[in-house]
Amino acid sequence: MKAAVIVFPGSNCDRDCKVAIERSTGAHVDMVWHGDTALPDGVDLIVLPGGFSYGDYLRCGAMAALSPVMGEVRAAAERGVATVGICNGFQILCEAGMLPGALLRNEKLKYVCKQVDLEVTNAQTRFTAGYAGRRQVTLTVGNGEGNFFADEPTLERLEGEGQIVFRYLDNPNGSSRGVAGIVNAKGNVLGVMPHPDRAFEPELGSADGAILFQSALASA
Amino acid sequence: MKAIVHVFLKPGVLDVQGKAVEQALHGLGWGGVSGVRVGRTIEFDLAGADAAAAEAEVKAMCDKLLANTVIESYRVEVA
Repeated sequence: MKAAVIVFPGSNCDRDCKVAIERSTGAHVDMVWHGDTALPDGVDLIVLPGGFSYGDYLRCGAMAALSPVMGEVRAAAERGVATVGICNGFQILCEAGMLPGALLRNEKLKYVCKQVDLEVTNAQTRFTAGYAGRRQVTLTVGNGEGNFFADEPTLERLEGEGQIVFRYLDNPNGSSRGVAGIVNAKGNVLGVMPHPDRAFEPELGSADGAILFQSALASA
Repeated sequence: MKAIVHVFLKPGVLDVQGKAVEQALHGLGWGGVSGVRVGRTIEFDLAGADAAAAEAEVKAMCDKLLANTVIESYRVEVA
Protein backbone atom coordinates (compact mmCIF):
# COMPACT_ATOMS: atom_id res chain seq x y z
CA MET A 1 0.00 0.00 0.00
CA LYS A 2 1.29 3.43 -0.93
CA ALA A 3 0.23 6.86 0.18
CA ALA A 4 1.43 10.32 -0.79
CA VAL A 5 1.26 13.43 1.36
CA ILE A 6 1.46 16.67 -0.60
CA VAL A 7 3.66 19.33 1.01
CA PHE A 8 2.80 22.94 0.21
CA PRO A 9 4.82 25.88 1.51
CA GLY A 10 3.08 26.54 4.84
CA SER A 11 1.67 23.03 5.34
CA ASN A 12 2.22 22.13 8.98
CA CYS A 13 0.46 18.80 9.41
CA ASP A 14 2.36 17.01 6.65
CA ARG A 15 4.61 15.12 9.09
CA ASP A 16 1.63 14.34 11.32
CA CYS A 17 -0.18 12.82 8.35
CA LYS A 18 2.83 10.71 7.40
CA VAL A 19 3.22 9.33 10.92
CA ALA A 20 -0.53 8.82 11.32
CA ILE A 21 -0.81 6.86 8.08
CA GLU A 22 2.33 4.80 8.74
CA ARG A 23 1.34 3.86 12.27
CA SER A 24 -2.31 3.19 11.57
CA THR A 25 -1.93 1.30 8.29
CA GLY A 26 1.72 0.32 7.82
CA ALA A 27 1.57 1.86 4.33
CA HIS A 28 4.63 3.40 2.73
CA VAL A 29 4.23 7.18 2.67
CA ASP A 30 6.00 9.48 0.22
CA MET A 31 6.18 13.22 0.73
CA VAL A 32 5.50 15.06 -2.53
CA TRP A 33 6.55 18.69 -2.95
CA HIS A 34 3.88 20.99 -4.37
CA GLY A 35 6.17 21.97 -7.24
CA ASP A 36 6.49 18.39 -8.47
CA THR A 37 4.53 17.36 -11.52
CA ALA A 38 4.41 13.62 -10.86
CA LEU A 39 3.02 11.42 -8.10
CA PRO A 40 4.69 8.16 -7.03
CA ASP A 41 3.69 5.24 -9.25
CA GLY A 42 0.79 3.16 -8.00
CA VAL A 43 -0.25 5.53 -5.25
CA ASP A 44 -3.39 4.31 -3.41
CA LEU A 45 -4.10 7.34 -1.26
CA ILE A 46 -3.32 11.04 -1.65
CA VAL A 47 -3.52 13.32 1.37
CA LEU A 48 -3.58 17.11 1.31
CA PRO A 49 -2.58 18.04 4.86
CA GLY A 50 -3.59 20.85 7.18
CA GLY A 51 -1.70 24.06 7.72
CA PHE A 52 -1.54 27.49 6.17
CA SER A 53 -0.45 26.86 2.59
CA TYR A 54 0.97 30.04 1.04
CA GLY A 55 0.25 31.83 4.31
CA ASP A 56 -3.49 31.72 3.52
CA TYR A 57 -2.81 34.55 1.06
CA LEU A 58 -5.83 35.80 -0.91
CA ARG A 59 -8.10 33.00 0.44
CA CYS A 60 -7.30 29.81 2.33
CA GLY A 61 -6.20 27.24 -0.22
CA ALA A 62 -6.54 29.55 -3.25
CA MET A 63 -2.88 29.59 -4.21
CA ALA A 64 -2.25 25.95 -3.35
CA ALA A 65 -5.13 24.92 -5.62
CA LEU A 66 -3.05 26.27 -8.52
CA SER A 67 0.19 24.52 -7.51
CA PRO A 68 1.89 22.46 -10.25
CA VAL A 69 1.22 19.18 -8.41
CA MET A 70 -2.53 19.79 -8.34
CA GLY A 71 -2.84 18.87 -12.01
CA GLU A 72 -1.60 15.39 -11.13
CA VAL A 73 -3.76 15.20 -8.01
CA ARG A 74 -6.81 16.09 -10.08
CA ALA A 75 -5.93 13.52 -12.76
CA ALA A 76 -5.38 10.80 -10.13
CA ALA A 77 -8.69 11.64 -8.44
CA GLU A 78 -10.42 11.43 -11.80
CA ARG A 79 -8.91 7.95 -12.23
CA GLY A 80 -10.55 7.05 -8.92
CA VAL A 81 -7.59 7.28 -6.50
CA ALA A 82 -8.73 7.94 -2.91
CA THR A 83 -7.95 11.58 -2.10
CA VAL A 84 -8.36 13.19 1.31
CA GLY A 85 -8.06 16.87 2.16
CA ILE A 86 -7.79 17.59 5.86
CA CYS A 87 -8.52 21.10 7.17
CA ASN A 88 -6.45 23.35 4.86
CA GLY A 89 -6.49 20.38 2.47
CA PHE A 90 -10.32 20.55 2.47
CA GLN A 91 -10.10 24.26 1.66
CA ILE A 92 -7.69 23.49 -1.19
CA LEU A 93 -10.03 20.84 -2.66
CA CYS A 94 -12.92 23.34 -2.62
CA GLU A 95 -10.78 26.07 -4.19
CA ALA A 96 -9.66 23.58 -6.84
CA GLY A 97 -13.30 22.82 -7.64
CA MET A 98 -12.79 19.16 -6.70
CA LEU A 99 -15.40 19.48 -3.95
CA PRO A 100 -18.45 21.77 -3.88
CA GLY A 101 -18.83 24.71 -1.51
CA ALA A 102 -16.30 26.81 0.35
CA LEU A 103 -15.00 27.31 3.89
CA LEU A 104 -15.81 30.70 5.44
CA ARG A 105 -14.48 32.51 8.49
CA ASN A 106 -15.81 30.86 11.65
CA GLU A 107 -19.12 32.31 12.76
CA LYS A 108 -17.73 33.61 16.06
CA LEU A 109 -14.49 34.84 14.41
CA LYS A 110 -12.50 32.57 16.72
CA TYR A 111 -9.86 30.00 15.90
CA VAL A 112 -11.32 26.80 17.33
CA CYS A 113 -8.93 24.16 18.59
CA LYS A 114 -10.51 21.31 20.51
CA GLN A 115 -11.75 17.77 20.50
CA VAL A 116 -15.10 17.38 18.75
CA ASP A 117 -17.68 14.62 18.59
CA LEU A 118 -18.96 13.84 15.13
CA GLU A 119 -21.91 11.95 13.79
CA VAL A 120 -20.90 9.48 11.09
CA THR A 121 -23.62 10.57 8.69
CA ASN A 122 -22.64 8.10 5.99
CA ALA A 123 -20.67 4.99 6.94
CA GLN A 124 -20.94 3.55 3.45
CA THR A 125 -18.16 5.55 1.82
CA ARG A 126 -14.71 4.13 1.17
CA PHE A 127 -13.38 6.44 3.87
CA THR A 128 -15.87 5.57 6.58
CA ALA A 129 -16.64 1.87 6.00
CA GLY A 130 -14.56 1.03 9.08
CA TYR A 131 -16.97 3.00 11.26
CA ALA A 132 -19.90 0.74 10.32
CA GLY A 133 -22.16 0.25 13.32
CA ARG A 134 -20.80 3.34 15.03
CA ARG A 135 -22.77 6.53 15.06
CA GLN A 136 -20.24 8.73 16.76
CA VAL A 137 -16.51 9.36 16.49
CA THR A 138 -14.15 11.80 18.17
CA LEU A 139 -11.55 13.85 16.28
CA THR A 140 -9.86 17.21 16.83
CA VAL A 141 -10.53 20.48 15.02
CA GLY A 142 -8.08 23.34 14.63
CA ASN A 143 -9.42 25.99 12.28
CA GLY A 144 -10.25 29.66 11.87
CA GLU A 145 -12.01 29.19 8.56
CA GLY A 146 -13.90 25.95 8.90
CA ASN A 147 -17.39 27.26 8.40
CA PHE A 148 -18.67 25.18 5.48
CA PHE A 149 -20.87 27.09 3.08
CA ALA A 150 -22.74 26.03 -0.03
CA ASP A 151 -25.94 27.36 -1.57
CA GLU A 152 -29.22 25.63 -0.68
CA PRO A 153 -29.54 23.53 -3.87
CA THR A 154 -26.00 22.23 -3.37
CA LEU A 155 -26.68 21.42 0.29
CA GLU A 156 -29.87 19.62 -0.70
CA ARG A 157 -27.97 17.61 -3.28
CA LEU A 158 -25.17 16.74 -0.83
CA GLU A 159 -27.73 15.64 1.72
CA GLY A 160 -29.82 13.68 -0.78
CA GLU A 161 -26.87 11.87 -2.32
CA GLY A 162 -25.33 10.91 1.03
CA GLN A 163 -22.30 13.09 0.35
CA ILE A 164 -22.34 14.56 3.85
CA VAL A 165 -20.07 12.11 5.64
CA PHE A 166 -19.46 13.72 9.04
CA ARG A 167 -21.52 16.24 10.99
CA TYR A 168 -20.63 18.08 14.19
CA LEU A 169 -22.77 17.11 17.15
CA ASP A 170 -22.01 20.53 18.63
CA ASN A 171 -21.23 22.84 15.71
CA PRO A 172 -18.05 24.76 16.63
CA ASN A 173 -17.82 27.13 13.65
CA GLY A 174 -21.26 27.76 12.18
CA SER A 175 -20.98 25.25 9.32
CA SER A 176 -24.11 24.92 7.17
CA ARG A 177 -26.12 21.91 8.36
CA GLY A 178 -23.29 21.08 10.76
CA VAL A 179 -21.14 19.76 7.93
CA ALA A 180 -17.70 18.56 9.06
CA GLY A 181 -16.85 16.40 6.05
CA ILE A 182 -18.14 15.72 2.52
CA VAL A 183 -17.28 13.49 -0.43
CA ASN A 184 -17.53 14.22 -4.14
CA ALA A 185 -20.28 12.63 -6.25
CA LYS A 186 -18.00 9.73 -7.19
CA GLY A 187 -17.16 9.10 -3.55
CA ASN A 188 -13.36 9.01 -3.89
CA VAL A 189 -12.53 12.57 -2.78
CA LEU A 190 -13.10 13.44 0.89
CA GLY A 191 -12.78 16.84 2.52
CA VAL A 192 -12.82 16.83 6.30
CA MET A 193 -12.30 19.78 8.64
CA PRO A 194 -11.43 17.85 11.84
CA HIS A 195 -8.05 16.10 11.87
CA PRO A 196 -7.90 12.29 11.75
CA ASP A 197 -4.12 12.83 11.86
CA ARG A 198 -4.44 14.25 15.36
CA ALA A 199 -6.50 11.36 16.69
CA PHE A 200 -4.93 8.10 15.62
CA GLU A 201 -3.75 6.65 18.96
CA PRO A 202 -5.45 6.51 22.38
CA GLU A 203 -2.61 8.65 23.81
CA LEU A 204 -3.89 11.50 21.63
CA GLY A 205 -7.31 11.32 23.25
CA SER A 206 -8.89 9.30 20.47
CA ALA A 207 -7.81 6.66 17.98
CA ASP A 208 -10.84 7.13 15.73
CA GLY A 209 -8.80 8.86 13.03
CA ALA A 210 -6.81 5.69 12.36
CA ILE A 211 -9.97 3.99 11.08
CA LEU A 212 -10.37 6.62 8.37
CA PHE A 213 -6.89 5.95 6.97
CA GLN A 214 -7.39 2.18 7.31
CA SER A 215 -10.71 2.35 5.45
CA ALA A 216 -9.29 4.53 2.68
CA LEU A 217 -6.43 2.12 2.04
CA ALA A 218 -8.53 -1.03 2.45
CA SER A 219 -10.75 0.26 -0.35
CA ALA A 220 -7.85 0.79 -2.77
CA MET B 1 -3.69 50.59 -17.75
CA LYS B 2 -4.63 50.43 -14.12
CA ALA B 3 -7.02 47.73 -12.98
CA ILE B 4 -8.86 47.83 -9.66
CA VAL B 5 -10.81 44.82 -8.48
CA HIS B 6 -13.22 44.97 -5.55
CA VAL B 7 -14.14 41.62 -4.00
CA PHE B 8 -16.93 41.17 -1.46
CA LEU B 9 -18.80 38.23 0.01
CA LYS B 10 -22.11 37.76 -1.80
CA PRO B 11 -25.19 39.27 -0.13
CA GLY B 12 -26.51 35.89 1.06
CA VAL B 13 -23.21 34.90 2.66
CA LEU B 14 -22.77 35.88 6.30
CA ASP B 15 -19.90 38.37 6.62
CA VAL B 16 -18.86 37.85 10.23
CA GLN B 17 -16.05 40.37 9.93
CA GLY B 18 -18.47 43.00 8.69
CA LYS B 19 -20.81 42.17 11.55
CA ALA B 20 -18.02 42.57 14.12
CA VAL B 21 -16.97 45.92 12.62
CA GLU B 22 -20.59 47.06 12.64
CA GLN B 23 -20.93 46.21 16.32
CA ALA B 24 -17.70 48.08 17.07
CA LEU B 25 -19.01 51.15 15.24
CA HIS B 26 -22.22 50.93 17.23
CA GLY B 27 -20.10 50.75 20.38
CA LEU B 28 -18.37 53.98 19.36
CA GLY B 29 -21.72 55.70 19.13
CA TRP B 30 -22.48 55.43 15.41
CA GLY B 31 -25.82 53.78 15.94
CA GLY B 32 -27.05 54.59 12.44
CA VAL B 33 -24.58 52.21 10.79
CA SER B 34 -25.96 49.04 9.23
CA GLY B 35 -25.07 46.52 6.54
CA VAL B 36 -21.28 46.68 6.99
CA ARG B 37 -19.39 44.42 4.57
CA VAL B 38 -15.63 43.96 4.66
CA GLY B 39 -14.06 43.18 1.31
CA ARG B 40 -10.73 43.53 -0.39
CA THR B 41 -9.30 45.66 -3.16
CA ILE B 42 -6.69 44.39 -5.59
CA GLU B 43 -4.85 46.85 -7.84
CA PHE B 44 -2.42 46.20 -10.63
CA ASP B 45 -1.04 47.56 -13.88
CA LEU B 46 -1.95 45.80 -17.07
CA ALA B 47 -0.21 46.09 -20.43
CA GLY B 48 -2.40 47.10 -23.40
CA ALA B 49 -4.54 50.06 -24.39
CA ASP B 50 -7.95 48.56 -25.15
CA ALA B 51 -10.17 49.12 -22.11
CA ALA B 52 -12.86 46.63 -23.17
CA ALA B 53 -10.33 43.87 -23.79
CA ALA B 54 -8.61 44.67 -20.48
CA GLU B 55 -11.89 44.47 -18.61
CA ALA B 56 -12.67 41.07 -20.11
CA GLU B 57 -9.20 39.87 -19.18
CA VAL B 58 -9.50 41.10 -15.60
CA LYS B 59 -12.89 39.42 -15.26
CA ALA B 60 -11.31 36.15 -16.40
CA MET B 61 -8.64 36.64 -13.69
CA CYS B 62 -11.40 37.15 -11.13
CA ASP B 63 -13.21 33.97 -12.15
CA LYS B 64 -9.99 31.97 -12.10
CA LEU B 65 -8.20 33.31 -9.03
CA LEU B 66 -8.99 36.73 -7.60
CA ALA B 67 -12.49 35.83 -6.39
CA ASN B 68 -14.13 32.58 -5.33
CA THR B 69 -17.46 32.94 -7.07
CA VAL B 70 -19.05 30.33 -4.82
CA ILE B 71 -19.02 32.90 -2.03
CA GLU B 72 -17.77 36.19 -3.48
CA SER B 73 -18.83 38.72 -6.09
CA TYR B 74 -16.51 41.22 -7.72
CA ARG B 75 -16.52 44.58 -9.47
CA VAL B 76 -13.84 45.60 -11.97
CA GLU B 77 -12.63 49.12 -12.79
CA VAL B 78 -10.21 49.63 -15.65
CA ALA B 79 -8.75 53.05 -16.46
